[in-house]
Amino acid sequence: MRTDQPAAPSKAGPVLRRIALYVALIVMALPFVVPTLWMITSSFKPLNEIFASPPSFFSDAPTAAAYAEAFDFQPFARQYFNSVYIALLVTATTMVVSALAGYAFARIRFPGRNLLFIVVLIGLLVPSEVTIVPLFQMFKQAGLVNTHWPLILVTALAAPCVLATFIMRQFFIALPVELEEAARLDGLGRFGIWWRICVPLAKPALSAVAILTFLASWNLYLEPTVYLTSPELFTLPQALTRFTDAYGGEMWNTQLAAATMTVVPVLVVFLIAQRQFVESLAHSGLKG
Amino acid sequence: MSDTRHATRGASTDAPRGRGAPRRRPFWTLGRTDALTGYLFIAPQLLGVIVFVLFPVGLAIWYSLNEWNIFTGDMTFVGGANYEAALNDPQLPSVLGATAVFSGGVVVLNIALGLVLAVMLNRRFKGVTLFRTLFFSPVVVSVVAWTLVWGFLLQDNGGINGALAQIGVDGPNWLQSGPTAMIAVTFTQVVRSVGINMVLFLAALQGVPGELYEAARLDGASSRKVFTRITLPLISPTLMLTAVITIVGALQSFAQIAVLTEGGPGLSTTVLVFYVFQQAFSFNDIGYGSTLALMLLTFVMVLTILQWQLRRKWVFYED
Repeated sequence: MRTDQPAAPSKAGPVLRRIALYVALIVMALPFVVPTLWMITSSFKPLNEIFASPPSFFSDAPTAAAYAEAFDFQPFARQYFNSVYIALLVTATTMVVSALAGYAFARIRFPGRNLLFIVVLIGLLVPSEVTIVPLFQMFKQAGLVNTHWPLILVTALAAPCVLATFIMRQFFIALPVELEEAARLDGLGRFGIWWRICVPLAKPALSAVAILTFLASWNLYLEPTVYLTSPELFTLPQALTRFTDAYGGEMWNTQLAAATMTVVPVLVVFLIAQRQFVESLAHSGLKG
Repeated sequence: MSDTRHATRGASTDAPRGRGAPRRRPFWTLGRTDALTGYLFIAPQLLGVIVFVLFPVGLAIWYSLNEWNIFTGDMTFVGGANYEAALNDPQLPSVLGATAVFSGGVVVLNIALGLVLAVMLNRRFKGVTLFRTLFFSPVVVSVVAWTLVWGFLLQDNGGINGALAQIGVDGPNWLQSGPTAMIAVTFTQVVRSVGINMVLFLAALQGVPGELYEAARLDGASSRKVFTRITLPLISPTLMLTAVITIVGALQSFAQIAVLTEGGPGLSTTVLVFYVFQQAFSFNDIGYGSTLALMLLTFVMVLTILQWQLRRKWVFYED
């Protein structure tokens, strides 16, 4: 995100105003930052310190025992792998499907194009809670309940993918058509133009699509809860809610350790690539 | 959406159709092959929507007209009985009320806070990038993890009341009474997702031409006037779009409610999506669950159409 323009009408005022701005921002940032920090530090606490009073960030006797316990109590490594492979597969599929459809809706003329685009957009408006009951029956008929197929197919082709198609279409519409004309004179067919010229140019839009799709799949909660019953098939969000021992006792620190392992890798990727991340979202054509 | 018909080659070289067409023309003209390519390109997406969205919606309508005995697997056609049941459901008014309070609260807070953050962070000062990153960071935190952590912090003996006690305030047991539980689910949802709106607003603010501000200042406009007369109208398309995205998102917040309050205490945070889930999957009432789901769909559709109409009327400019 750039700040190279004199956007704000107020000039760099007196020092006092500057300090007030910082104080306001720091106070406002607390609810955004503290939960994540507290989660990370508390995952190293012994169980009895989680609800210690007064509350603290750091333990007197830090321990990583909760991390080991997370793997003992559930097939957590397996669940982690499930979430990662599903998210990657869904993201890759969506990128291909949406780049194809977005390009066609933006650039190729065919009868019924606008009507079909509206039909596709309806996919964005229907909440997944509306379709989950019939989808469950459909997947049951197909014998695919308690497999990962429903999570992969529906996410890769329905709502999140429609958003991706919309973003790709907005991008391709804005792409100068001369580039394609030159390629066509050079003898490239539609597919060649799409693959050799347009897709490489669409990197910003594709990265927005990748980010949004990955997060959508990574965060799925309703669908795994409905479709999956075997712990070794669970995905992370679902697994996180199952850290309660057989006697109903809490495993707070274990839960926090598992949550930390779920959150931190994504957060680190975000912090490394945050500039591209934010910029690609900002210019994803969702501006309206 | 603007429909830009860039001249594609296909159309101009399309064969003259009908009786008078010269016989020698091959059937697969450039235009036709191009159109076929178009259909092939959109096929996966279109089929996905038909199979996984439109067909299920049709099924949901059919289910809502039936009573489904989950144990025997029998479906009996009952016509409008499920719809009648909805009208007579003593819990439904409370559920719809909670849905309205939650979605309304989320939208208003999310847009307002997103705008405030965007305006505050749309200037140059040391650390501005850091603050943008901080405010955006919950967006990439897993919803369930985020909600779980807030669940810990909001316990009676949790971090928030502990911190309040340090300054001599006796905090409520947040999740155990209706109003505070509603505040809690709304607040955590807003904090988690406002970063996206902030970024979209920032992008919109940076799209406002600097000369406009310059001119307004020369005319002696106050900063408040500049904001209401220049900034707001110019970013109104973004405002409208984010409002709709936010409210549709809020109507679908299942994980937050399921993890933080499970709809409770009582029915106080049972929003429509959670109620649908309970009816269909906890009580196995597929017919009634589908009826409620269609009600949710109707709300989303009406809101979207309303937005479309309002946009025509209110939005300052359209590209």
